[in-house]
This record gives sequence, structure tokens and C-alpha cells, in this order.
Amino acid sequence: MVEKTIAGKSINVNEEGYLIDPSQWTKEIAIEMAKEEGLELSDKHFEILEYLREKTAAGEALSIRKVGKSGIADIKQLYQLFPGGPLKLSSKYAGISKPTSCV
Amino acid sequence: MSNTEQKPLDKVLIICAKGNLEDVYATLVMANGAVMEGIETKVFFTFFGLEGILKKRMDKLHTATVGNPAMRMPGDLPFPTLLGALPFVETGVSAMMRSEMDKLDMPPPSEFLEMITAGGGEVFACKLAVEMFKLKKEDFSDEVKDIITIGQFYEMAGGQNTQIIFT
Repeated sequence: MVEKTIAGKSINVNEEGYLIDPSQWTKEIAIEMAKEEGLELSDKHFEILEYLREKTAAGEALSIRKVGKSGIADIKQLYQLFPGGPLKLSSKYAGISKPTSCV
Repeated sequence: MSNTEQKPLDKVLIICAKGNLEDVYATLVMANGAVMEGIETKVFFTFFGLEGILKKRMDKLHTATVGNPAMRMPGDLPFPTLLGALPFVETGVSAMMRSEMDKLDMPPPSEFLEMITAGGGEVFACKLAVEMFKLKKEDFSDEVKDIITIGQFYEMAGGQNTQIIFT
């Protein structure tokens, strides 16, 4: 566990940069996290992040297939929004834990 | 001297030569997983593996109920080979396996292929096997990019951190 100051807030992340406590998440943290990795978040990105947070809070397991069927973006668009890690990166910016699904 | 430097994979080439449900799924899960990790991915289907990309049959794949010692019945009982030889048993068992996979959010092969190509993965059919089974490009899923030779497939393997996986 690492303590990190981001967007003026002190947060706890694991060694891969995922938030340990999802309740510490704010929009500003997401923006900063993505910016550090060279990605600018749009409203569309935030729709996905909100969806991921909602589903996780409801205890549902996430898969790229499920997010692709959310009606927000299809799988192709997900890859465009989060290049190189549609589920991994979006989960990270959404402040939830790293996805454990194989699909 | 030990080399402890970890270099992530850049590219994987996956070859599927068998058409059982589990062999095709192993290929699809690995290919999709690689695409999702941002790894450049190419998949080559050959011989009976072509079943996994044939429009007509890809979503109706079977698992072998005869000669499969790992097969179990509900309740963890061993699955008698003679039972597996009865008509429709293989069909029923295979349908059950497909429905169990669907519960885990595993898509049928046709949709799996779409997911792989949506992320930039590429799917190929082996020219030799296509000719042997007298198949045509239009028999295959629209996600199949091309029918190529094994030589053309190896040409795609360039680069420092490439792995070839045979399932």
C-alpha cells in the first residue's frame, strides 16, 4: 500500500495504482490519474466510470462483455476510450479494484 | 548472473488446431485476454480448429464424451464412456457446458471473435486446411481477416517480445 497525494487529496493505492478504498474516489482524482498516464477523460469516459462504480457497489462482477452491453459504449468504443486496457484502466480510474474476470 | 528484468509481452500468436469446445474456448479466452491487456494478438485456426470460425458450426461446438477421462457427471461421479457413446448424450452434455459458460459471461464463439477484433486482434484461417476441407472464405465468420499460409503467419511474429502459443 502506498500513500499518494493526488488532486490535493491524500489517497491509498496498491502497488499497481488501484485505489484501496473506493469511497476516497472523486472526479478530480480520476482526471489526475488518467492524465498521469496520458489520457484525457471526457464525459463519455465518466459515464463508463460511473457505470463501473454502480455495478461494483451492487456487488456485480464486471466483464468487458457486460460493459459493452451497458448501452454506453460498445466494445470497440471501449477500446478507443481506454486504449490498451478497456477494463483494467477504466476500473483504475473508477477507483475500484482491478478486474478479476478472465473475459 | 541472474536476469530479473521483467519485460511485458508485446505480441502473441495463438494457434488452434483442435475443434473441441474446450480447445476453441481456450484459444478464444487467451486471445481476448491478450487483447484486453493491450498485447498485439493474432490467431491462426487450422485443421479441426477451423470449426471454431465456421459460421455454420462455431456456436454449436461439442466436447468429447467418449475417451475423455476428466469428464464427470453431476454429483462428481465418473462419466462412463459407454454412456457417452449413446445418441444425443454428447449433444446434451455440450449444450449444458455452453449454458454453464454463458452464466460466467463467456460469450459464444461468434461473439468472442467480434470482441477480439473489436480490440484490434486479427483472426486467420490456414490455407492448407481450408483447401483440404474444401471450404471457402464465405464459410467463415466475417471476423476472419484472411486465409493465409503458415509462412505468412510466421512473418507476423517479428519483434522482440513475441510468443507463439499452440493450444
